[in-house]
Amino acid sequence: MRLLEPLLIPLAALVVSLLLFGVFVALAGHNPLQVYHSIYRGAFGSWFSWQNTLVRASPLMLTAMCTALPARVGLIVIGGEGAVVVGALAAALVGIGLNGVFAPVAVIGLMLLAAMACGGLWVAAVGALRHYRGVNETISSLLFNYIAIAILNFLVIGPLRDPASLNKPASVPIGSDNMIGNIAESSVHWGLAYGLLACLTLWLVVRRSTMGFAMDVIGGNPRAAYLAGLPVGRLVILACLLGGAAAGVAGMLEVAAVHGRLSSSVNAGYGYAGILVAFLARHNPLAIIPVALLLGGIRASGGLLQRSHDLPDATVLVLQGIIFLVILASESLYGRTPLSQRPGVTR
Amino acid sequence: MKRRSLLKGIVAAGAASAVAGLGSRAAWAQSKVRMGFIYVGPRDDYGYNQSHFEGKSAVARLDWVKAVDEENVPETIEVVKTMESMINLDGAQVLFPTSFGYFDPHILKVARKYPEVKFLHCGGLWDASKHPRNVGSYFGYIDEPVYLAGIVAGHASKTGKLGYIAAIPIPQVLRNINSFTLGARSVNPQITTQVVFTGGWSNPVKEAESANSMVDQGIDVLTCHVDSPKVVVETAEKRGVYCCGYHTDQSALAPRGFLTGSEWNWAKVYIDYAELIRANAEIPNLVRGGLREGIVKSSGYGPAVSAAAKQAADAVRQKFMDGSMVVYKGPIKDNTGKLVIAEGVEHGQTDITLESMDWLVEGVIGTTKG
Repeated sequence: MRLLEPLLIPLAALVVSLLLFGVFVALAGHNPLQVYHSIYRGAFGSWFSWQNTLVRASPLMLTAMCTALPARVGLIVIGGEGAVVVGALAAALVGIGLNGVFAPVAVIGLMLLAAMACGGLWVAAVGALRHYRGVNETISSLLFNYIAIAILNFLVIGPLRDPASLNKPASVPIGSDNMIGNIAESSVHWGLAYGLLACLTLWLVVRRSTMGFAMDVIGGNPRAAYLAGLPVGRLVILACLLGGAAAGVAGMLEVAAVHGRLSSSVNAGYGYAGILVAFLARHNPLAIIPVALLLGGIRASGGLLQRSHDLPDATVLVLQGIIFLVILASESLYGRTPLSQRPGVTR
Repeated sequence: MKRRSLLKGIVAAGAASAVAGLGSRAAWAQSKVRMGFIYVGPRDDYGYNQSHFEGKSAVARLDWVKAVDEENVPETIEVVKTMESMINLDGAQVLFPTSFGYFDPHILKVARKYPEVKFLHCGGLWDASKHPRNVGSYFGYIDEPVYLAGIVAGHASKTGKLGYIAAIPIPQVLRNINSFTLGARSVNPQITTQVVFTGGWSNPVKEAESANSMVDQGIDVLTCHVDSPKVVVETAEKRGVYCCGYHTDQSALAPRGFLTGSEWNWAKVYIDYAELIRANAEIPNLVRGGLREGIVKSSGYGPAVSAAAKQAADAVRQKFMDGSMVVYKGPIKDNTGKLVIAEGVEHGQTDITLESMDWLVEGVIGTTKG
């Protein structure tokens, strides 16, 4: 029964959040049942809605990792947005530079590597500042976001600007051959596969390897880990590197699967949404998949809520916020529910 | 047992109302003109997005139109999904994605997939040789009322220093700054306009900082080209200097210092389009117009505007209305001293070369490098 706890508590929290959201909707003068129905219809009600949800979920899977992995070594990093931007920048530079030089497969591979390397190093720097200089990683990763966005805007308006992009400054295209297409006949690009693969791989790393175990030890008690002879600094930086690399891939996908060029639009807020996903998934890479689908679905249904019920866009943010708070509050229930009592044991 | 039947009742009621909702949707699908509007920011931003929302609200009041809209839609795959959702779930026949960044690649991509739907984009340059037939663009020569605001500002300023807070140095923004400055210098050739580029369309902190530092430098008329002029206008009022609005009417935000402003009149554009669709007429791929066509207008004068200023501005307005006014008439030098429009050369409003402007006119303090 104990094994059911991690499943049942979040589910119960979700139901409670939906009920609270229903009260909010009713106070706003709408019928909660109709709103629930619209959320379902907009997120999961048809194949069209499913594709809408999947497309929004894939970057969240990648950016969530940028918070989830550092969290395993006890760091609260909110620098996913910066890593997305840096990854997009690196991918665009490689794509533009090598367009036509190598075969598209090689260009895409190199864009991926460049995005992972740059996104990874960007967040690894946050980890290094934390470990060697004691700089608060939450603040520094937030500031790193601003730096990344400023560099992006500078390059897009200045040196990288395609003179033909008049009222929407952007770089020259990376070339349509170097673009990542859609999965089969759907409208979902292959970024979804990148996201799923990243979640599964990193889940294996954190849950099934000694390195992952060592990271959890550091997260639990860095001093004990240090005394046990674990390479604390190296593992802290590595966790940040892996997280940043995943978010960098999200940036590469914005360039190679969505925009086909670099512009300020690659900074679309996925990095910040990923923080929410990571916390809701309790920093477990495998749990990030369903949570990203849920959040992607809620975001996908936001449009329908605006159009069918005249609710403002903020409605979806209210729902996200309620879920976030209720799930965080429900953390205190672990080990205290009737489920967690072992049969025959009385305390 | 009782609770269960109650639950059943709730579910049944929900299902019934949902079915009823679907039924009514099928009914309007037959008869009405169905339009979808997409904004990159909030509907009530006192600026660009609100101007489009006001246009949408005007067209939605017609009883033969069904208009839906969505706010805060980012310029990424999310706008692709919003467009498809409006087409597939709401049956939209025509879409108005209003942000520049929606055009390439998003609108172009979706338009190829849905050739029976019209995609009309605000500001984008539709090109017959490159873009699908079901795509079009519309825009207004808003630098006409901006020129008039420049005249009013030129009359109001005592220090001869004007301030322009702008987002990024793109042709549309540069054209407004230049028109404003030319308008002001037609009153007093010594006037200068200080420009600050904030680097983004919505950057309230920098907008407030720039406004304050401009007032500290002795600038006494502020205006702006950012998504929401609210911050600049309110800061100007608080610091006791004059201001000119942009996008929508901001006179309520600055009851003392508001001079005039330049507004979009999308209601006219959207109602015209709706009439064309209703009549099943051909929709033009390019729609442009200024004061004369009613696509842009000036806000009403504030209490601080002198009679002389009103007279001067209204005289030029008359010339815009009868088509005899040319703002970009040589000789015009840029602010590095280079002659950009030679003596005797005239660029009328419809001249496409003005839409790739990359210089700042003499009298502007600032550079296009941002």
